[in-house]
Amino acid sequence: MEKILVGLKRVVDYNVRIRVKPDNSGVVTDGVKMSINPFDEIALEEALRIKERGEANEVIAVTIGPADTQQQLRTGLAMGADRAILVETDGDIEPLTVARIMLKLLEKENPGLVLLGKQAIDDDNSQTGPMLAALWGRPQATFASVLKLSGDTAQVTREIDAGLETVEIDLPAVVTSDLRLNEPRYVKLPDIMKAKKKPLETIPLAELGVDATASLQTISVEPPPVRAKGVRVSDVDGLVAALKDKGLLN
Amino acid sequence: MSTVLIVAETTGATLNPSTAKCVSCACEIDDTGADVVVFGNSVAAAASEAAGINGVARVLTVEKPEHEHALAALLAPELAELAADYDYVLGPSTTFGKDLMPRVAALLGVSQVSDIMAVDGPRRFKRPIYAGNAILTVEVPANQTVVATVRVASYSAAETGNSASVESASPSAEAPSHTRFVELKSDVGERPDLQSARVVISGGRGVGSSDNFEILYKLADKLGAGVGASRAAVDAGFVPNDMQIGQTGKIIAPDLYIAFGISGAIQHLTGIKDAGTIVAVNKDPEAPIFEIADIGLVGDLFEIIPELEKRLG
Repeated sequence: MEKILVGLKRVVDYNVRIRVKPDNSGVVTDGVKMSINPFDEIALEEALRIKERGEANEVIAVTIGPADTQQQLRTGLAMGADRAILVETDGDIEPLTVARIMLKLLEKENPGLVLLGKQAIDDDNSQTGPMLAALWGRPQATFASVLKLSGDTAQVTREIDAGLETVEIDLPAVVTSDLRLNEPRYVKLPDIMKAKKKPLETIPLAELGVDATASLQTISVEPPPVRAKGVRVSDVDGLVAALKDKGLLN
Repeated sequence: MSTVLIVAETTGATLNPSTAKCVSCACEIDDTGADVVVFGNSVAAAASEAAGINGVARVLTVEKPEHEHALAALLAPELAELAADYDYVLGPSTTFGKDLMPRVAALLGVSQVSDIMAVDGPRRFKRPIYAGNAILTVEVPANQTVVATVRVASYSAAETGNSASVESASPSAEAPSHTRFVELKSDVGERPDLQSARVVISGGRGVGSSDNFEILYKLADKLGAGVGASRAAVDAGFVPNDMQIGQTGKIIAPDLYIAFGISGAIQHLTGIKDAGTIVAVNKDPEAPIFEIADIGLVGDLFEIIPELEKRLG
């Protein structure tokens, strides 16, 4: 195929301990380490491997967000994407809006495959992939752990609650990555230097004619309830006694 | 006429317990009950199970050969069509619902609320974000169909004893042929399903190997427990993916959860926070799992498990 399009989302790094803002309007993101959503990194890695096998000619990394999001696109370019597109917006946008924006880019680029992460680790919505596939009128294969291309179709093994399901889909299609699809490569310094010269196109959201107004209204963001402090027991006797005490063992 | 439509999840010929949990959530939204739609090739058994759930007003069945295996791309247009008669469309936050519901929402042109953990008002819902490290309350505007997934760990299954009517429905949307089922590989175990088991025990990297998991299986059989694992144990190839518990695996809510050799990465803790009692057994006294555990025991799981098993008689 000619092109693969990969979506990258900028999220709070997975190692950061999340703090809720005192006014309950959201979580603290100022001065916090930001990274590519780990599932999106896996999606990009898969696209790069497909290209390296000679099954695609170009990998395009796409993100939607404020100007700062360029950092994550540069990382994507350093990993090996050929070019990048930033659709510039201010503030958070909902998955349906993301899907509508991505659809505009698909209509322009006509990729043979779109690879996304199965969920973003910030909002944990897990929506964009299926939404984009629906708007595009194309197949979706979510939670992919194996992706094999063959001509105009792909066989995808999906990690579902019941086990491993394999589906065959016609291309073009949307595939979302699960954890075990691959292990993303580390970026090397020379690649970071090279990435600075790769093309990065910025498109203001207004140019795409997509309304980004949120439809869901955020009422509040609160810290989760705290579990009461537990007890330590020193041996199996203590454990059995504690479980009996709670009525969990006879 | 009910305002809520729930899409049933089936496992083979039977109804998945996630459906009765969605009914519990639906009853908080509208106490007059919900309609349940069951898609499949031959759904009589699952439909009659659904009709028995208290809070179900009516069961709709859509039987077609192409629905033998639940494929989101095929179900979504039909569910979106049926949704026209309802204010709410709910599915479970299992891989089935996570695959299907956003496709339905997009066809309806509305946003989705993922993982409802509590109903705060007719259109106001609580849901976890950042792996459960923050709880978001959102409101859906009045002019929109609410499309949502229900976080199954947050709800207990509605009781049974009902006998709702069962009717067949025939949505006219044409099923696309671009998505085809090939195969499903599952380890059909005798042990209880993780998402509905009363007791779950699980192992992590500390278990060390696939063979070593045998001692967990033996203990599980004594306890009538389901067996799960951390991501580390799945990644290491000790156990299959369907045993993974955590942010990206299964979210569970058993009465009793016992973690052996699991250090307690935040992504794992997300999956077990709703357990009634959490027990942690780990060699490392500093393991983060002890911060969340109700009962902690520092020690070697290879000594503790056999001793515990003996004690259970």
